Amino acid sequence: MVAQKVEKEPEEELEPKTDFGPPHYSIMLHPIIKNNYGKWKYHEVVRPGVIKRVAESGDVLYVVRFGSPRLLSVYTIRDICDIADKYSDGYLRFTSRNNVEFFLTDPDKIEPLIQEVQEKLGFPCGGTWDATKGEYGLTNIVHTQGWVHCHTPATDASGIVKAVMDELYDYFTDHKLPALCRISLACCANMCGAVHASDIAMVGVHRKVPKIDDDAVRRTCEIPSTVAACPTGALKPDMKRKTVILDKDKCMYCGNCYTMCPGMPIFDPENDGVAILVAGKLSDARYPPQLSKVVVPWLPNNPPRWPEVVQTVKKILETWATHAEKYERIAEWIHRIGWERFFELTGLEFTEKLIEDYHRTPYLYTTFRTSAAFRW
Amino acid sequence: MPVVDGVELPETPLLDELEKGPWPSFVKEIKRAAVESEKAMKAGKKIKLPGAAKGLLKVLELSYKDKRTHWKHGGIVAVYGYGGGVIGRYCDLEDKIPEVWHFHTMRINMPAGWFYSTKALRAICDAWEKWGSGLTNLHGSTGDIILLGTRTEHLQPMANALAYLDKLYGSPAPFDIGGSGSDLRTPSACMGPALCEFACYDTLEACYQFTIRYQDELHRPMWPYKFKIKCSGCPNDCVASKARSDFAIIGTWKDEIQIDQEAVKEYAKAGVDIEKQVVKKCPTGAISWDGNELKIDNKNCIRCMHCINVLPKALKPGKERGATILIGGKAPFVDGAIIGWVAVPFIPADELIDKCCEILEAIWDWWDENGKFRERVGELIWRVGMSEFLKVIGQKADVRMVYAPRNNPFIFWRELQD
Ligand code: HEM
Ligand code: HEM
Ligand code: HEM
Ligand code: HEM
Ligand code: SF4
Ligand code: SF4
Ligand code: SF4
Ligand code: SF4
Repeated sequence: MVAQKVEKEPEEELEPKTDFGPPHYSIMLHPIIKNNYGKWKYHEVVRPGVIKRVAESGDVLYVVRFGSPRLLSVYTIRDICDIADKYSDGYLRFTSRNNVEFFLTDPDKIEPLIQEVQEKLGFPCGGTWDATKGEYGLTNIVHTQGWVHCHTPATDASGIVKAVMDELYDYFTDHKLPALCRISLACCANMCGAVHASDIAMVGVHRKVPKIDDDAVRRTCEIPSTVAACPTGALKPDMKRKTVILDKDKCMYCGNCYTMCPGMPIFDPENDGVAILVAGKLSDARYPPQLSKVVVPWLPNNPPRWPEVVQTVKKILETWATHAEKYERIAEWIHRIGWERFFELTGLEFTEKLIEDYHRTPYLYTTFRTSAAFRW
Repeated sequence: MPVVDGVELPETPLLDELEKGPWPSFVKEIKRAAVESEKAMKAGKKIKLPGAAKGLLKVLELSYKDKRTHWKHGGIVAVYGYGGGVIGRYCDLEDKIPEVWHFHTMRINMPAGWFYSTKALRAICDAWEKWGSGLTNLHGSTGDIILLGTRTEHLQPMANALAYLDKLYGSPAPFDIGGSGSDLRTPSACMGPALCEFACYDTLEACYQFTIRYQDELHRPMWPYKFKIKCSGCPNDCVASKARSDFAIIGTWKDEIQIDQEAVKEYAKAGVDIEKQVVKKCPTGAISWDGNELKIDNKNCIRCMHCINVLPKALKPGKERGATILIGGKAPFVDGAIIGWVAVPFIPADELIDKCCEILEAIWDWWDENGKFRERVGELIWRVGMSEFLKVIGQKADVRMVYAPRNNPFIFWRELQD
């Protein structure tokens, strides 16, 4: 190492500051949004991706939505800002499903904006729906970190999402679906993304218990904290051999022990894979919220483009889209036609892996009202 | 080795497959950060973590080849005064790809509703280009701005850059760190009154108030496990609060749906099939339409939003607005996935924030005292019973909390025992 003259940056000299919190949202609002806050009258869908919002004051704002890959470099964010400065008075918004929205006052700028975003960023305009017409677009897939940044994934996240959205691209840019369809992905069953109430969910699943490397455990792990990390009590200390013992029948493959102890990796290239769940929903519209149900217990990890996963998701989506009535989300459609018809139409196999639910959720839960829909 | 704009990139034949196709590519983003940060450095910009994005390309290509992750956990990392907000991340290839041996995540508390001025976003970009990988997630699943990858020694300078983002980088305001670990996670909100006419309370203000009042709970993990608050302005639940938060605040109303009969007729004239699209789809059969007047039996309406969604110009939530609180929503770990259930059927909008704070504080005290390690509040309620929980939050049992009464008469009459 060559000795360098140490010159401190301002950030290294300043006193740390704590607990001042996020910026107040009011300074982040476009002036038209600020002036009409809480006073919006109605909205209208102009075309896929473009929603016209009309305020009681008569002010009009066109909100234009684009899909993003979620993982963004600061260089692309600066390009997004350039576009917002040019078209959107220096303001923009991200949605809960990783889309980006610009605010326009002049409808003649919509087409130039869409073109410029397509040319400079390659982001498609869409992700919306028109409930009045009963015509729905597919929005972006929410997902987690996968191999990009997590230590317990059973699959990648960004790669599968990219491959699936390439295949379903036209559903994003157009309103071709009969109802809302939310697709989500979590790269392990911890489900950081909490995808358990999605119309279609892809979930990374481990199928084998962690592999204990006694040597590595001795070198790198603290045994009591590793044992304590296991939620199911599957681990016992082996004080004599200074390692841990695992009860295979109790293990739920959660990877918590690996978080504490690098000596017992949970990943397994050939046995890890992806489960598919369907028929979850969260809005109260028409039909109460539902948890997603497992319909494919495992598909292999087949990077870089996971053809089995992509084709299964597409098959489910398109079977539903062809057979469902207007406003029928997957849960409502299956409720009408029955699970037996669902498996028949999609050609998915029904096996013993799809029965006998995980036993830990107590029965009392099933009586609670999981919805804000009730009478007064 | 492929060379782009004079910058050498590693061979990534598998990842290159994910640059193809019409959907925007995250691989292009990583490559762009690799190329542009090196160019910026050559042009004299200060970049403390050169080669980080290139390193990530190498690690990720290996993961694609090996079909496994190359990240590991290990060691607590933090910034001054905080116990959460930074997630320690190390590469298991250690010295083979030194650029990303440390690759910690920083979670930054976003503005409520994810609204930004470009000045604020550019300032974050400038700071992160200097002190980190230049890669982000907009946004993480909880809602934070995710800054993806930096070294331990750059965490504090980056936190300071954010804390003085106004003075050093021209942002309209500084940014603070978000939650992680066993603490209050960064609360989030739908765009609510900022843009949506369905909002039954001010989701952004509620979210901001919870965040500001509970900075200590957000920054210093001290609970059995995590706790999430999400604010949706109506039962459409655009931030998925029912599934993704322990404490879901869902806007609703108590009185009658407001109807503009002229606007209904205009919709009908414009081709909306009111009978088929609205009347038949109402889950309680509460709507009737004779071609001239739309009638709603509000006693039967369950406020599901369907009719309002289809006819936004003609129908509006009632005027007596407020919110329903659902408790206990969570992902599968440990006791299975659940959707939250009703804890408080209705709180009027003007009392909402203070009342929620009162309830939240009671819940946290109780959970902190009674919860086991890694037991979410919903799981604690299962263990000790909903009636215990109702005492804690000062609520009486209400038929709106259940789909149906219990099946079995084995009721424990504890209060009668000597
Ligand atoms: C034992 C269970 C869990 C473990 C060990 C775990 C671990 C992790 C780790 C290591 C990360 C960081 C990934 C990275 O950026 O490096 C993460 C991210 C995250 N976790 Fe968890 N997690 C668990 C359960 C959950 C659950 C149940 C939820 C939600 C209800 C959750 C929500 C999140 C969220 C929102 C993120 C950010 C992910 C993203 O946006 O990509 N986690 N988790
Ligand atoms: C004023 C603007 C908006 C309106 C009028 C609106 C309306 C709706 C409606 C009508 C539904 C339920 C549709 C149905 O079940 O038929 C819904 C659900 C949903 N919206 Fe919004 N929405 C708006 C903005 C957004 C935004 C900006 C996002 C974030 C990207 C969003 C995310 C969602 C999600 C995730 C759901 C589905 C919840 C579920 O899984 O069931 N919405 N919204
Ligand atoms: C808007 C709400 C609902 C409506 C209008 C509705 C309507 C119906 C109808 C008409 C049937 C008879 C179908 C047949 O056998 O031909 C049925 C059956 C059934 N419904 Fe629903 N239902 C609703 C909500 C629910 C919900 C929320 C659940 C469960 C959580 C549910 C569970 C069932 C079950 C288990 C059957 C029996 C199915 C069978 O025998 O194959 N329903 N429902
Ligand atoms: C002919 C059969 C059925 C018809 C016509 C029917 C109709 C309905 C209707 C109209 C609703 C909405 C009313 C409301 O929520 O107050 C509803 C809700 C519901 N139904 Fe049914 N249903 C049927 C069968 C079933 C069956 C078999 C089950 C359960 C196994 C079921 C479970 C539910 C549940 C859990 C709700 C939600 C209740 C709520 O949100 O308050 N239904 N059903
Ligand atoms: S879902 Fe699992 S693998 Fe994915 S980021 Fe969360 S803990 Fe990591
Ligand atoms: S993977 Fe989870 S359940 Fe299995 S031993 Fe490790 S901590 Fe326990
Ligand atoms: S949850 Fe309701 S109020 Fe909030 S943005 Fe969605 S539709 Fe509007
Ligand atoms: S809000 Fe739902 S339940 Fe109420 S009238 Fe409209 S469609 Fe029927």
